[in-house]
Amino acid sequence: MRSPVWRVVRPVVTIVLANVIAWLLLGTQQFANFLTLGSIYALIALGYTMVYGIIELINFAHGDVFMVGSFLALWILTVPLGMTGALRDPPTLIVVLAVVMAATMAVMGALGVFIERFAYRPLRHAPRLAPLITAIGVSFILQNVVYTLFGPSPRNVPQVFPLDRFDLLGGKISYLSVFMLVVALGLMVALQLFVGRTRLGRAMRSTAQDREAAELMGVDINQTIAITFFLAAALAGSAGVIQGLYFGSTKFDLGFFAGLKAFTAAVLGGIGNTTGAAIGGFVIAFIEVFATVLGYSRWSEVAVFTVLILVLVFRPSGLLGQQLGERT
Amino acid sequence: MNGAGSRLRDFASAGRAGLNRISSRLRDLASSHRSIAIMVGWAVIATLLPLLVLIPPLSTFQQQKLWIDGFANAGVFILLAMGLNVVVGLAGLLDLGYAAFFAIGAYAYGLGASPFTGLAIPFWPMLLVGAVVAATFGILLGAPTLRLRGDYLAIVTLGFGEIVPAVFLNADKYTNGTNGIGGVLKPELLGFRFTLGNPLPYYIAMVVVLALTMVFLYRLQDSRLGRAWMAVREDELAAASSGVNTVTTKLLAFALGASTAGLAGVFTAAKLTLVSPDQFSFAVSFTVLAMVVLGGMGNIWGVAVGAFVIYTIQSVLLKQLNQFFQTINLPVLKDIDFVQYQFLLYGLALVAMMLLRPEGLFPSSRRKRELHEASEEVADVPPPTEALDG
Amino acid sequence: MSDPSSVVPGADAILHARKVTKAFGGLVAVKEVDLEIPRGAIISLIGPNGAGKTTLFNVIAGILDPTSGAVEFQGNRVVARPVRAWLEPVIWTLPAFLVGILAVIVNQVTASAAAAALTVLAAIFLLVVMLLAAIVRPRWYLDLLLRAGVFRSARPNDMVKAGIGRTFQNIRLFANMTALENVQVGMHLKLRANAADALFSTPRARAEEKAAETRARHFLEVVGLKGHGGELAKNLPYGDQRRLEVARALASEPALMLLDEPTAGMNPRETLEMTQLIDRLRHDLGISFLLIEHDMKVVMGISDRVTVLDHGERIAEGTPDEVRADPRVIEAYLGKPAA
Repeated sequence: MRSPVWRVVRPVVTIVLANVIAWLLLGTQQFANFLTLGSIYALIALGYTMVYGIIELINFAHGDVFMVGSFLALWILTVPLGMTGALRDPPTLIVVLAVVMAATMAVMGALGVFIERFAYRPLRHAPRLAPLITAIGVSFILQNVVYTLFGPSPRNVPQVFPLDRFDLLGGKISYLSVFMLVVALGLMVALQLFVGRTRLGRAMRSTAQDREAAELMGVDINQTIAITFFLAAALAGSAGVIQGLYFGSTKFDLGFFAGLKAFTAAVLGGIGNTTGAAIGGFVIAFIEVFATVLGYSRWSEVAVFTVLILVLVFRPSGLLGQQLGERT
Repeated sequence: MNGAGSRLRDFASAGRAGLNRISSRLRDLASSHRSIAIMVGWAVIATLLPLLVLIPPLSTFQQQKLWIDGFANAGVFILLAMGLNVVVGLAGLLDLGYAAFFAIGAYAYGLGASPFTGLAIPFWPMLLVGAVVAATFGILLGAPTLRLRGDYLAIVTLGFGEIVPAVFLNADKYTNGTNGIGGVLKPELLGFRFTLGNPLPYYIAMVVVLALTMVFLYRLQDSRLGRAWMAVREDELAAASSGVNTVTTKLLAFALGASTAGLAGVFTAAKLTLVSPDQFSFAVSFTVLAMVVLGGMGNIWGVAVGAFVIYTIQSVLLKQLNQFFQTINLPVLKDIDFVQYQFLLYGLALVAMMLLRPEGLFPSSRRKRELHEASEEVADVPPPTEALDG
Repeated sequence: MSDPSSVVPGADAILHARKVTKAFGGLVAVKEVDLEIPRGAIISLIGPNGAGKTTLFNVIAGILDPTSGAVEFQGNRVVARPVRAWLEPVIWTLPAFLVGILAVIVNQVTASAAAAALTVLAAIFLLVVMLLAAIVRPRWYLDLLLRAGVFRSARPNDMVKAGIGRTFQNIRLFANMTALENVQVGMHLKLRANAADALFSTPRARAEEKAAETRARHFLEVVGLKGHGGELAKNLPYGDQRRLEVARALASEPALMLLDEPTAGMNPRETLEMTQLIDRLRHDLGISFLLIEHDMKVVMGISDRVTVLDHGERIAEGTPDEVRADPRVIEAYLGKPAA
């Protein structure tokens, strides 16, 4: 029953089955939207879950880092690269995408480290309330800086990726959505490998488990936390790039709801659990897209929020998480 | 010479001693009859403020009537800040969707007394109803959440704060959607009708509500319940191990905060005679939080003053600053819309405050000690690992 | 110190832990430990560091759920592994859910807005009542859980209500409150004034507060902190902080006190005072004690019986003399240098 083969096969079967059901319910077109939206939420949720796992802080600014990432991608595409429309030449396209992705992730990672260094680290031993308040403050600062720089209305991101589609199972799927999904999944796998296989990843896990013990074992706590913030923010930045390229626009208050949904995803998956966060991201995206399919797109936020409350009532530890401190 | 000098000194010191005695007598009186002191304090403030604005430069900004109207509106924010202070300052919980309860109170009155529903429940009982309805939603939201770690409340309220206006916006069948509910009835007292033209009755009513709220809050703070809040804020596990039901205690603070916001909501609805979803955005929650943090978490008077100062700055000073720079035609400054930067400023102020002066501008002495704990000691005592996570 | 023959195992135990096991993930911190505290006895729990003493304490105090086993206090099973815990949220939401369905039906059948609104209000009311009941846990709610076959361990505050007071290994006072206020928090359950009393400052509440203050001063005096009531807890010397913790636990008027290393970090004189205090409390107030203690002199001098844990298992139990002579104990614990 519990053979190693089954341990590998079971999740694969579950995921394939879930996707088939999602496809049947959503139709091909919306299924592609769901996968892209899911990738975005999953990438943001990973950041929430990693940061919470290591310093038990809900980083309210995280959703806004995603938003800033989408604006940075917009800026890089339009100003230094001077893009206006689709690039038909595959090599150029790949170079441009790689540059945008790498630059955004690097800058956002640096932003994450900067935020941690100046807004959270000084308060690491303060009462819990203090870093939460600075987090919401930072979130507001990021939002308003972008508001000041780019204005209140949505901004278009140049669609450098040609919007070609191919037929699949009675619907049209754009190459872009496949590409985005591959990039997002690639990043998630890379993260898992980093956390699971490298020395720094091990330091992260041990710090998350028991900070004092890790410190005694010679783990540099400050460095480890900084790396966590870098990774979290870089992933949020990549989600911002995907947002910009796929949906073609971005807005200064985008991070607010995206952050809320991604956090719900993290809680749903079991906060602190990276696999759970990724799965949670797709579940939340499914709920949202399904609400749209049913014609209740205005209520999608309410639906996601209801899910958050229901999870907290019925299974506060999330789908994959361990029991969190329910009993005080 | 010498004799005269010493006599003069004696006289002076006697005078000083007398003054000291009087002031200490006053202080004793104020602390033993605090409720009366608060009422008297508010009465004095309420009389002085309208007179103060007749003096330049304040009188040059706007008419006395507009000032009084502004003060009544500021009162709403003072009420909100005092209510949020119970949650954030006294119980140490973070509520980021406080405007939702404000909205619930406002809509309760909007639905209870407007042509939209055809109901016409009088204002005064609705103050209570609004508070109770808001508290009910506070319990519905807090009960599942407060069993968990404290920070869950922050994110849940953040979501709630966005969801409530969204529901009021989308459920247009029941709330008239974007347009909101107009023609909300104005208060009436013993046959006297409040009018939009005369802000004074609103002002007086607001001051009475504020004074009463403050009396109640101080009494709560010093009661068995107030001690339990303090204990939960300091060390939840130790509080539970001393017999405090931490969940009830936190929930009570949360519900009380919500009910105060509900009260403020009813008042606002009656004053503006209009409720619409856009009055209750996250910006309101954030502003009130900034008021509490800047005023000094845990200090009721401090928070009230903080709220008043911030409200005045944002509603009078920033606008005046714009006009001022435009009239003197300063090249760069005249083009800056200061009102637009207000939230950026709040964000910066919040972060700076937490990093540099977490106790706020008017700290409560106890809160100050707590928030500076980190730098003083702590380091040698490892945080308990067995604690709440099990 | 006291006559061991007066404490017979099995006779009128105030607390009985049966086969308590607590595992954290794969790590078994406490393994099938039995513990019995006779009424009026002083029982010590000893063992090397990491033997699982504090974990067992936290299970008994209602902070941790055991993986298996149970704790009975004064004849009631108060702590055990949760059974059908998932059912509890269902119980909270079910009444409201049913009434909600009713609301939909009413809406369909009568098309009367008022009737629908009333049913919706009823649903909300039921939900609020159930959620509040889940927090306050009144009798009827507990009976309901029992009937549904749900078992949840008592929470720490329930244990205090039942009559167990405790102190912590690393002192957990309310650092920024005064000594007096700390004790007053400990009296929380003994005071009756509710929010409404406070709001209207009723004579009853004022009288109670006054009495509470007097009583709190009395508790301070009992532990030897007379005259220190106005000092902030964190400004007290270390030994006084430990005593203040005892006073705070005492203020809930417990039948059993759990003291986690009450003499840790104390000098010999303070240790002696604490030992005498414990003995006095037992004699004057009839309180039973469970101690975790590293100081062997204290353990051997004061305890009626001693339980020895090693690697989460109970390796010995008996009178101090028996335990002292037990070769397994000597091997596991006393034999080790500087344990």
